[in-house]
Amino acid sequence: MLDMINRAYKEIARAGQTLGRKMNIMEVCGTHTVSIFRAGLRDALPDCLKLLSGPGCPVCITDQGYIDAVLSLSRRDDCIIATYGDMIRVPGRDGSLEQNTGRGNIKIILSAQDALKLAIENPNKKVLFVAVGFETTTPATAVIAGQALRQGIKNLFIFSNHKLVIPAMEALLSEKNHRIDAFLCPGHVSVIIGSDAYKPIVEKFKRPCVVSGFEPMQIIFAISEICRQLAEGTASIGSVYQAAVTPQGNKTAQKIISESFDIVDGYWRGLGKIGKSTLKLKEKFSSLDAEKQFGIQLALEEDLTGCRCGEVLCGLIDPCDCGLFAQNCTPDSPIGPCMVSSEGACAAWYKYARGKRRS
Amino acid sequence: MASSGKILLAHGGGGRLTEELIRSVILPVFDNQTLSGLTDSAELELDAKSICFTTDSYVIKPLFFNGGDIGKLAVCGTLNDLAVSGAKPIAISMALIIEEGLEIEILRKILISAAQTAKKQNVPIVCGDTKVVEAGGVDKLFINTSGIGVKIPQAKLGFKQIFPGDAIIVSGTIGDHGMTIMSQREGIKFESSLKSDCAAVTEICIGLVEAFGSDIKFMRDPTRGGLSATLNEIANQANCGVEIYEEKLPVNPTVRAAAEILGFDILEIANEGKVVAVVAAQKAQSCLDFCRSLQIGRDAAIIGNIAESDYLLVELETFIKGRRIVQMPYGRELPRIC
Amino acid sequence: MCLAVPAKIIELSGSDAIADCVGNRIQANISLVPEVKLGDFVLIHAGFAITVIDEEEAKKTWKLLEDLDNFNKTNNKVSG
Repeated sequence: MLDMINRAYKEIARAGQTLGRKMNIMEVCGTHTVSIFRAGLRDALPDCLKLLSGPGCPVCITDQGYIDAVLSLSRRDDCIIATYGDMIRVPGRDGSLEQNTGRGNIKIILSAQDALKLAIENPNKKVLFVAVGFETTTPATAVIAGQALRQGIKNLFIFSNHKLVIPAMEALLSEKNHRIDAFLCPGHVSVIIGSDAYKPIVEKFKRPCVVSGFEPMQIIFAISEICRQLAEGTASIGSVYQAAVTPQGNKTAQKIISESFDIVDGYWRGLGKIGKSTLKLKEKFSSLDAEKQFGIQLALEEDLTGCRCGEVLCGLIDPCDCGLFAQNCTPDSPIGPCMVSSEGACAAWYKYARGKRRS
Repeated sequence: MASSGKILLAHGGGGRLTEELIRSVILPVFDNQTLSGLTDSAELELDAKSICFTTDSYVIKPLFFNGGDIGKLAVCGTLNDLAVSGAKPIAISMALIIEEGLEIEILRKILISAAQTAKKQNVPIVCGDTKVVEAGGVDKLFINTSGIGVKIPQAKLGFKQIFPGDAIIVSGTIGDHGMTIMSQREGIKFESSLKSDCAAVTEICIGLVEAFGSDIKFMRDPTRGGLSATLNEIANQANCGVEIYEEKLPVNPTVRAAAEILGFDILEIANEGKVVAVVAAQKAQSCLDFCRSLQIGRDAAIIGNIAESDYLLVELETFIKGRRIVQMPYGRELPRIC
Repeated sequence: MCLAVPAKIIELSGSDAIADCVGNRIQANISLVPEVKLGDFVLIHAGFAITVIDEEEAKKTWKLLEDLDNFNKTNNKVSG
């Protein structure tokens, strides 16, 4: 195994030499950022590479207005908030869900099905499902929306802020960061959307896109393949995750997403408005749509002075380039979303890349 | 009475019902003369200059889990704090804070478990207290145990004994207890063969110190915060670096998979029947052999060493020979989804 | 972008399934992979199976599946 890895490192170094400059590869996905750190890859990979973190962290890019809306609903006696664990620390204007758990009506769930179950078990309460996540997580929301409608469940309300990865990648390349040479593509999103979904990135922007799972070996081989393409001057879709990812993806999942959601323009924290990047429930689900049923108006977020999460999410800077990093902004007292989420680049850097000097 | 039915507020009132509870439920379970004397304090004969004294409270939920219960845990936890200090346990106290409405049968089961655990380790529970609070005052049952022990003469333990080059041994698989509790609690409720490692480590700790004396530099049981917290404490207090190797960590595959499923870092998960020992390098293999000769230490492994370092860091060499830092855990681990 | 674990379908009933991941029995909704059969390996994300996986391909770089294999063979062998 180590031989294969060393060979891959040599190929990467060779590509760097051929190209004669540093290769900037964006890890789109927060889980990749964490996996790379946990495997100790950042230091092990040759120096001719720079790994940039990307906006693929659903917690990081969830806007403050959304959190404020959830928080205000959590203060109602008739509401139960069902949320994935990572969301409870995201700061809104008045603190985070974690800081407001006193009422006991904020439930951490591990599956969208748990939200449906909560609604069934608590017929006198309104259950708000905090539906965030990319294409890996979106189909589950669609499934329970369908189940709720069919079973006549009247007290489940889905607050959808599901996002799409490809529009974000396109927005990055066209507007935000022209220095991205290639993408390490998220393995499990690709299970759903299929590796062919990266065609626009490859054809329009001529950037290599290689799909990888989250095992260290896969990541190394994917990066090696990316570097090979860069050195050759080619750009194509690759995959080291054929065990799980097909070119066309999971058609059943894609169908249920397109039957349940409309694609609208949406606001990404740190990146601003990205066209056709967000999913809202279709008209047929309006009785389940939290925004409609609660009359939610999303407020514009405050500017966090000194917070450079936006630049981090676009791969323009490293977390340690931000003046607040590890000073005023730490996992215990996070200012920006990238420090809040366990998969945020800043949290990952803080956890895996810092040391304390001997006294 | 009532060795059946539910606990009432009056059971904690100090009157007739309290007396009935003690005589018909508590004393029969513990069955020792000191406790049965029901004096205000237990009198113990000790011939020692150096006494170790520890206390811990147990608020675990659920009360019963695969591999143990709060009673067994309360006894083991306190015994283990004594053991890693190099002290042979002499006696334990047990204070109960019971929620009104708890089934007496449940209380009895837990007390029997505590008593059996203590008996197996030859440590009497010599004094106790019982309080009952109104419904909602505590969550079913909280237990505090305190323990006293006598340090054995060979024990020379402390952060100051730790030096670069010393080896780090862990006495068995990590993450078992925490993952067992998490899997029963976090709503995903998956059935599994996960089992808590809840156990007393006295035999292994005292055995190591008796056999190897001052070559055993330091011991700790990696409970809350897991191996990560303990190793960081060592780095910080002993003013050194710590290097560990991922491939050397003993991990039960089911536990590893459960951690993946729930999104936890196995290094940060609690253990309740394990010891981390820092030992002199030249004795590391012998210490390991000793641990492995005991049932409780059968999966022991040398996982790394103390390092010379300008940074008070715990560094992990990963499976693929990369290196990363292991930080002190945040405090409340959230399961990751996306 | 999210954690998903490989597991083997050991019980199937409508859109509900139980899958085994190295001795952990997980509940999974299989609405997204209606073609799944007993004995198939799937990837499970947040309580939903998102795809059937090719067991052989996955084993090449998948430590978890290695554990699965070892576990099934030797029942609770410890790694490390």
